[in-house]
Amino acid sequence: MKQTLFDKVWDSHVVRSIEHGPDVLFIDRHMVHEVTSPVAFLGLKNRQLPVLYPERTFATADHNTPTINQHLPVADPLSRNQLKALEENANAHGISYWGLGHEKNGIVHVVGPEYGITQPGATIVCGDSHTSTHGAFGAIAFGIGTSEVEMVLATQCIMQPKPKKMRITINGALNHGVTPKDVALFIISKLTTSGATGYFVEYAGEVFEQLSMEGRMTVCNLSIEMGARGGMIAPDEKTFEYIKGREFTPQGADWDKAMEYWKTLYTDEGASFDKELIYDGAEIDPMITFGTNPGMGMSITKAIPKASEIEGGQATYAKSLEYMGFAEGEQMVGKPIDYVFIGSCTNGRIEDFRAFASVVKGHKRAANVTAWLVPGSHKVLNAIKEEGLLEIFKEAQFELREPGCSACLAMNDDKIPAGKYAVSTSNRNFEGRQGPGSRTLLASPLVAAAAAITGKITDPRTLINN
Amino acid sequence: MAYDSFHTLTSSAVPLPIENVDTDQIIPARFLKATERKGFGDNLFRDWRYNQDNSPKTDFVLNNSTFSGKILVGGHNFGSGSSREHAAWAIYDYGFRCVVSSFFADIFRNNCLNIGVLPVQVTADFLAQIFEAIENNPNTTLTIDLTNQKITLDATGLSEGFEINKYKKENMLNGYDDIDYLSNIKPEIEQFASNTPL
Ligand code: SF4
Repeated sequence: MKQTLFDKVWDSHVVRSIEHGPDVLFIDRHMVHEVTSPVAFLGLKNRQLPVLYPERTFATADHNTPTINQHLPVADPLSRNQLKALEENANAHGISYWGLGHEKNGIVHVVGPEYGITQPGATIVCGDSHTSTHGAFGAIAFGIGTSEVEMVLATQCIMQPKPKKMRITINGALNHGVTPKDVALFIISKLTTSGATGYFVEYAGEVFEQLSMEGRMTVCNLSIEMGARGGMIAPDEKTFEYIKGREFTPQGADWDKAMEYWKTLYTDEGASFDKELIYDGAEIDPMITFGTNPGMGMSITKAIPKASEIEGGQATYAKSLEYMGFAEGEQMVGKPIDYVFIGSCTNGRIEDFRAFASVVKGHKRAANVTAWLVPGSHKVLNAIKEEGLLEIFKEAQFELREPGCSACLAMNDDKIPAGKYAVSTSNRNFEGRQGPGSRTLLASPLVAAAAAITGKITDPRTLINN
Repeated sequence: MAYDSFHTLTSSAVPLPIENVDTDQIIPARFLKATERKGFGDNLFRDWRYNQDNSPKTDFVLNNSTFSGKILVGGHNFGSGSSREHAAWAIYDYGFRCVVSSFFADIFRNNCLNIGVLPVQVTADFLAQIFEAIENNPNTTLTIDLTNQKITLDATGLSEGFEINKYKKENMLNGYDDIDYLSNIKPEIEQFASNTPL
């Protein structure tokens, strides 16, 4: 039978199927962090259950960590308590733990691929919806709730019905100044935040083939923002090249054996999807969001759509624009901004900082802008220093912070003040996501860089040469 | 038994006719710092419910004593965004046992089912009728009958069927959870694991 990539990986992990119910799905690798795991560990304790396969779980601290002075004790007692709980739980159950200050510490979806925990054909879960990031390697990866975290710790399985399948194909090539983030924001603007709910997405076509592994991670990361369970891309030479030799990837004869399997991971010619969407890469411009969900995005060159052009939900649309302090029909370019955040598991990798540097080089940070540059991990932080990007940032008057989720969800002190505008490379522009009352404009690292040096929303193509 | 069982529920309902209500609104991230599942109801819809000085926002429905009950009725695409189960906990802890909407985000729906809050998906038309009925009479009741998978607007007797898979339905009716099930098939899982290299 002709199978899709998704079928191949899902079906090979089904322990048993329940009639009129979910599949019992075996989970190869499980990542945990401090925020969604403590109640799961408590549940295990109450049930007096051990962690079944501790070697399949990896713990890192990221959501709640400060991004300055990480060598000092964490000031917020609640955060400190949560970090301590993770460390104690990991130690008590023999789970590897990359806490604050550890050389491998960083955002869970950044360090997973960096150390080869993420592999093609694997099932990967984490109590964080952007687990979809790992799909870039041809893995089935998705976010789960705390009850499921407990389930995976106790049984290495979860119980879910098999999702429907969607393929999004983008042919052709991307225009100059258009990044993977723009590709994802473009798709979400077409689909809305619920357009892929119930589906698992496969991204295919020349545009995705051309993307680097980091670019593919950015796109898969945002799959959840169109409502999809996850997104994945068939592994290819680029994938194998990326993972080869990393700490947790198979070595020697095991590598050869794994490669045999990995090379079977593609959608068979003629396999069927429940839904297919096709776009042309040339249609995509640098994107920016203007509302309070990631589906409310558009080409940076356009004007904010009128309520009358929106299908349904007019009241919600009006509420959203009111929150943002925008009016329908306004141009985005030229609007003044207050903050720039570059980081998160969406755009906190080295290529994102390179892109940011390519624009800010030779310029200065605008006086009205506060900028937070937060690498996704220590590995990214070190690369920024080694490649000389830090010098460029310093010359342009930008400061680099220490790794973590930071202003992506503003659980630590990195909060955008009420009413302020932040151009952010993260993934969510919900009301208050970056701090109570904050106003988020999601965009690529290039758009963020252009805003950081001009102090207003600027099409980055006016600043970069070919 | 992992949570309360659910059979039928007749209750008035709290209307929230807003679309795309995301989990950051249901429970903002700064309230996710607990290490126990306690007290999340106090911060349910925190930033829609309270001003920055912690005074209640009088125009928000949870601060309007006209509306009460164990059923929350929300607009299309309820629960989008983050996987935080804390959103479902907050809804439960506040006192809701059922959420009605015309569309739910995936992870949120799963999380509800895993803790014993019943997500009931109705058609857009029926949802509009429910909102209208509550607006006309805040004491109007809905009856959710899980056994027969039926939701009824009691005042008019109008009803609609809803979907839930048989396995989850049994779990809800009995208050079982997935770990109970998985623990019973542990040998099968161990067998599977032994053939699955790390
Ligand atoms: S950076 Fe944001 S989206 Fe990514 S793991 Fe952290 S909180 Fe979640």
